[in-house]
Amino acid sequence: MAEIVLKDVKKSYTTGVLVIHGVTATIADGEFIVIVGPSGCGKSTLLRMIAGLETITSGEIAIGGRVVNDVEPKDRNIAMVFQNYALYPHMTVYENMSYGLRIRRMPGEEIRKRVERAAKILELGALLERKPRALSGGQRQRVAMGRAIVREPAAFLFDEPLSNLDAKLRVQMRLEIQKLHRELRTTSIFVTHDQVEAMTLADRMIVMNAGVAEQVGRPIDVYDDPNSLFVAGFIGSPAMNFLPGKRAGDAVQVGALQIPLPAPLRAKAPESITVGIRPEHLEAGTGEGLAFTFKVDTVEALGADSLVHGLVGDGILVARVDGHATPAIGESLTFHARPGKLYFFDTATGKRLRP
Amino acid sequence: MVENRPWADFVAHVILVIGVAVIAFPLYVTFIASTLTYDQVVTVPMKLTPGDQLVDNYTQVLTAGSEKGSHAAVLPMLVNSFVMAIGVAVGKIMISIISAFAIVYFRFPLRNFFFWMIFVTLMLPIEVRIIPTFKVASDLHLLDSYGGLILPLIASATATFLFRQFYLTVPDELAEAARIDGAGPIRFFWDVLLPLSKTNIAALFVILFILGWNQYLWPLLITNQESMYTVVIGIKRMIAGGDATSEWNLIMATAMLALLPPALVVVLMQKWFVKGLVETEK
Repeated sequence: MAEIVLKDVKKSYTTGVLVIHGVTATIADGEFIVIVGPSGCGKSTLLRMIAGLETITSGEIAIGGRVVNDVEPKDRNIAMVFQNYALYPHMTVYENMSYGLRIRRMPGEEIRKRVERAAKILELGALLERKPRALSGGQRQRVAMGRAIVREPAAFLFDEPLSNLDAKLRVQMRLEIQKLHRELRTTSIFVTHDQVEAMTLADRMIVMNAGVAEQVGRPIDVYDDPNSLFVAGFIGSPAMNFLPGKRAGDAVQVGALQIPLPAPLRAKAPESITVGIRPEHLEAGTGEGLAFTFKVDTVEALGADSLVHGLVGDGILVARVDGHATPAIGESLTFHARPGKLYFFDTATGKRLRP
Repeated sequence: MVENRPWADFVAHVILVIGVAVIAFPLYVTFIASTLTYDQVVTVPMKLTPGDQLVDNYTQVLTAGSEKGSHAAVLPMLVNSFVMAIGVAVGKIMISIISAFAIVYFRFPLRNFFFWMIFVTLMLPIEVRIIPTFKVASDLHLLDSYGGLILPLIASATATFLFRQFYLTVPDELAEAARIDGAGPIRFFWDVLLPLSKTNIAALFVILFILGWNQYLWPLLITNQESMYTVVIGIKRMIAGGDATSEWNLIMATAMLALLPPALVVVLMQKWFVKGLVETEK
């Protein structure tokens, strides 16, 4: 159990070229933090720096109050679960889980107790004598987690552990990880590119883009109040609609449409503004708030609801409608945006316009 | 694929039968010759049915050697060959597995340079560097010793390269998981890498054992005393030079004996050998 503190952590492989541009974050004891971002954003590198598998170019990482910049991975009191599980192929499940403990010369009796307890939590009891080869993907994943649990570390580090599983198993393992964290209450850092995993698992999440932590916060806060175009587009499914426009007095001109700027934003608003609106915040018909009319271009039927695509100005607008009221292609539809659900961004910097 | 082309089948089988005959017939002749008396062997044409000298011929070469050529017994030569082949195979595997480990898992200055040095210099067959190697071995007083037979042949670029290629296919995460589990480099090598290389080691052992057993030129140079002859050299010494006659029945018996151990190694380790060449346990 420990708090993890990142202080302006930077990483560069070739001198001068940063891949991590100074990440600062405090992960509270027992917290489940998800680092989420597209591939190549540096999230895995950051995790590997916390694990000690990559050196830290500058800045400071502290685990449980101790600065670990120059501490070997084995002495950082962390356990890691890898994307491809990294089980030792020639060892049985029992040997895999106990290997770290045997190296630490823990008494055999204690090792057996810990492995059996972990096996019970993960329902691996019947598989202890099997080799990884004879296990399914989900079982291997569980062994990898068991190997982490038996160590009883200060923190768990997960590096995209669910990416190699099929969709159904991924949902199931996601729930199990959630349950596991409720039981063990161990500080956990979980890296993923899947925003659904991030939303469902995280106490707080760090959204990363191109080596920068764009936003840190509770999932619902990040969803409700994104700091930038990137975060707004990355979190939420289907993604937020963006309508690029020009400032026209106290409004934004998007094609033929005039979207009024909220009064507090008017003073500092730039020339180019992008208006964001989430598909789930568009309601069919006219009503309070801004009204849009567009011609239906494509319809994606998902069952419970359908996604309707249409063109507004230069932007494509996606709206979520009831699955049983699917419009025809080419039909003209009117939607209105719920009041207060419009987001305004500076197109040039990508930053959210705030009063 | 199901095909029914009787002509193609027939032609294929004829080719296969010819192929088997070309390989097997000389072996058969060798065996027959080793069961005949000297007079029967030198009669033209030599008869192609087994004679009654099997036990006599083999007992004689094993214990006393030939009468007209070299008089050295073959049994000690078999022992010498065996020691040399095992020594070369085990030595080559030990050296190359460690150098491959260093080259793949450690970052040190000029790593690639050293790899290519090993690769380029040792690609040269022993025949090319035999004079300087002989000079070194002789200065080290290694003539007529097992050390002299084995040591100069131990370094192996091929085996180093093979292990390097295998290590490169082992996922990096395995080494990282071991690091987090607290295993140092030696632990990782011993507990993870070595067990994973088992099948590769077995396959390599078979190849290198045969390579060591069949060495001809090097043992010919380095051994002068009969007690250090390997069996391949023994065969050569039995063939009398000049006008003297060679006892071909005894020479053929020795050849049969020289053939047995490599064949046995292949047969006994076949399962492992094939496994090591086609699959890796990952």
